[in-house]
Amino acid sequence: MGKVIMTADDSASVRQMVSFTLKQSGYEVVEAVDGKDALQKLSGQKVDMLITDLNMPNLDGIGLIKGARAIPTCKFIPIVMLTTESQDGKKQEGKAAGATGWIVKPFKPDQLLAVVKKVLG
Amino acid sequence: MSDQHRQAFKEEAYELLAELETSLLELEEAPDDMEVIGRVFRAMHTIKGSGAMFGFDDIAAFTHEVETVFDQVRNGKIAVTKNLINLTLAARDRIKAMLDASDGGGVADEAYDAEIIAGLKKLLPETDGGKSGTASVPESPLPATDLSQDDVTYRIRFTPVSDIFLNGTNPVSLLNELRQLGNCRIVAQTCAIPKLADLEPESCYVYWDIILTTSVGKNAIMDVFIFVEDDCDLKIDVIDDGGRLDTEANYKKLGEILVERGDLTSSSMGAILSQQKRFGEIAIESGLVEPDKVQSALVEQQHVKEIRQERQTQDSVSSIRVPSDKLDILVNLVGELVTVQARLSETSAGRKDPELLSIAEEVERLTTELRDNALNIRMLPIGTTFSKFKRLVRDLSLELGKEIEMTTDGAETELDKTVIERLNDPLVHLIRNSIDHGIESPDVRESTGKPRQGTVHLSAVHSGDSVLITINDDGAGLNKEAIRAKAVEKGLVTATAELSEKEIFSLIFAPGFSTAQKVTSVSGRGVGMDVVKQAIELLRGSININSQPGVGTTITVRIPLTLAIIESLLVKIGSDCFVMPLSLVEECVELTNADVQKAHGRHIANVRGQIVPYIPLRERFRIKENAPSIEQIVITQVNNQRVGFVVDHVIGEHQTVIKSLGRAYRDVKGLSGATILGDGSVALILDIPQLLHSVEMEERAA
Repeated sequence: MGKVIMTADDSASVRQMVSFTLKQSGYEVVEAVDGKDALQKLSGQKVDMLITDLNMPNLDGIGLIKGARAIPTCKFIPIVMLTTESQDGKKQEGKAAGATGWIVKPFKPDQLLAVVKKVLG
Repeated sequence: MSDQHRQAFKEEAYELLAELETSLLELEEAPDDMEVIGRVFRAMHTIKGSGAMFGFDDIAAFTHEVETVFDQVRNGKIAVTKNLINLTLAARDRIKAMLDASDGGGVADEAYDAEIIAGLKKLLPETDGGKSGTASVPESPLPATDLSQDDVTYRIRFTPVSDIFLNGTNPVSLLNELRQLGNCRIVAQTCAIPKLADLEPESCYVYWDIILTTSVGKNAIMDVFIFVEDDCDLKIDVIDDGGRLDTEANYKKLGEILVERGDLTSSSMGAILSQQKRFGEIAIESGLVEPDKVQSALVEQQHVKEIRQERQTQDSVSSIRVPSDKLDILVNLVGELVTVQARLSETSAGRKDPELLSIAEEVERLTTELRDNALNIRMLPIGTTFSKFKRLVRDLSLELGKEIEMTTDGAETELDKTVIERLNDPLVHLIRNSIDHGIESPDVRESTGKPRQGTVHLSAVHSGDSVLITINDDGAGLNKEAIRAKAVEKGLVTATAELSEKEIFSLIFAPGFSTAQKVTSVSGRGVGMDVVKQAIELLRGSININSQPGVGTTITVRIPLTLAIIESLLVKIGSDCFVMPLSLVEECVELTNADVQKAHGRHIANVRGQIVPYIPLRERFRIKENAPSIEQIVITQVNNQRVGFVVDHVIGEHQTVIKSLGRAYRDVKGLSGATILGDGSVALILDIPQLLHSVEMEERAA
């Protein structure tokens, strides 16, 4: 069974692209439309990795990372945040909240897969 | 990026723009509502981020400017004014126009864009005014490919912070990533692991020393650690620059490495050095350095030594091209030398002079070495021929409308150059046969449950002083009945003859035999297999067939390694010496007059209960002298049958330098050459398979 990766993003097109790319490489994907939705799904289901956008309504990425790290099954999973170059400070904030790494938007499917491979081993 | 993704983005963007419009109008009513400001910012942000990702670079660049302003609004640095709302609404319309334009409608209006942006920039506080970053310079966490070609060796010490796991980082996957960059040795430093009672399971107590030889450059190594840069102590030093400066194979001393790494102070090193023991032992004993650290330094020493040695051998490995006739001359000379050496050994053995004996022994040793080396020079891997066959298979299967794949094995197996050359034609013939007769057409294969594509497997492997070459196909196998019927039709066997499987298979080597239903351009003219067999026997080799109906056929060709010098058995009949290739000889047994009488005149011997037919060579060669009362039978294995050859005496093993008999004797059957013995006399080399064949023919005729 493939590893399960959650993509949390309020942009449907980004979710679609991430999900499409990962599924093609044999991963299973769970989609969440914002931080709140993601946290809800995380507490009900074990995922192996989380890819989250930082700017989301209801609960933003930083909040999601902090919340996820508090869930026992998510304590050590890799969490990768999607940032833009204008958010360098956010990168640090995210790392402090417990993010494993980041992907800078815009990214290509290959770059996404490289990062997933890197953190998921 | 596929159109499907672009379309999804556009739909989303239109939605966002509609929402943006509403939000902006709301904002005009309530300029301080942070939630609405956040919504506006997020809409911009998503349009920018996704836009760039799906190739809408103009939209991304433009939206970036608007987003920057709203970032400031969000941070409370700019107030929401009527002007800002107006500009943003105008910007929103431009973004929508750009989206429309991407479908071929609408026109880009750069002047208007610039006007809006200039207006927005005026709103930015002075300090940030000039810092409008260009949109999206993609920063990639992928390893940058450095073009430096030399392998450089790095020493990396990777010390993660103890709570590295809490960030979801797995140090092992980082180490694995390093391993993929090049030749890598990793030593885990475990000295900081506390007692079990004190151990915090969520903490990382280990750090790693990594020695890595790679051509990707330091940046690529740094990239591996890009996510943990702030969560670890990373030291990367070049310890070998790929041989640009020094080429010494010896690397730094252990103490120097430890000091360089900062694991030991140089004054401590001096103290240790003043004792005259192995550095590492003392360093550990004295407690100045942990054993792990010494171990790690030793690994570094070893690693660099190895890569430097490798480099040196690479530098010195070179080859020279020599015309092959020069090699032939060399091998000939070695042959002469072997002969002379045999004489020397024989003479010295008769003289009982210890000094001469020791010289002769020395010469013998050197000659053997020289012989082996000289013959080795002529050895070539058989692979070159193999690749020619690949082409053959490809062309033939196209021509015949069959789907055939050829696999090979043992291409590196070495054989004498001449042997390889002379092996080419027989092998081509055998492969053609496999393709033409063996492998069925794709439809037939499919109906019998086999894959459409047939396989011909060619392999070469050393076996003692020979090389075994097998050609294996997964075709229909030999049809025993068809072979038998054909042989009867051609008068090769009688219709009632009882034949074993082996005997039936060997019929296909009979001259003029062919079972193909129709003659194709590939095979089927019946000149095939007997010619193949002759050619292989000329090389003093043998050929063997194994086949199973429906499963396939395996043909095994056994070829001696070299043609120039062979190990052989020296025998004597009367006053003449003969030589038999040792590879064919199985054993020697005595033949007494009583045995001959018991057999009632038939040439049959009883060897441990087994009946072995024999050929009395004295009769065959018409040697007049009287036979001794006890003769010897040399039992050989030819074409999978045991046959004895009766001689007077077996003298022993002999290194035989093969000399051809010259044109006049070329057609003599039963002799494959001659050799010069130690005493200068000539011994003839017996062609055992040929001898057997001619005797069989005579029997059949009689």
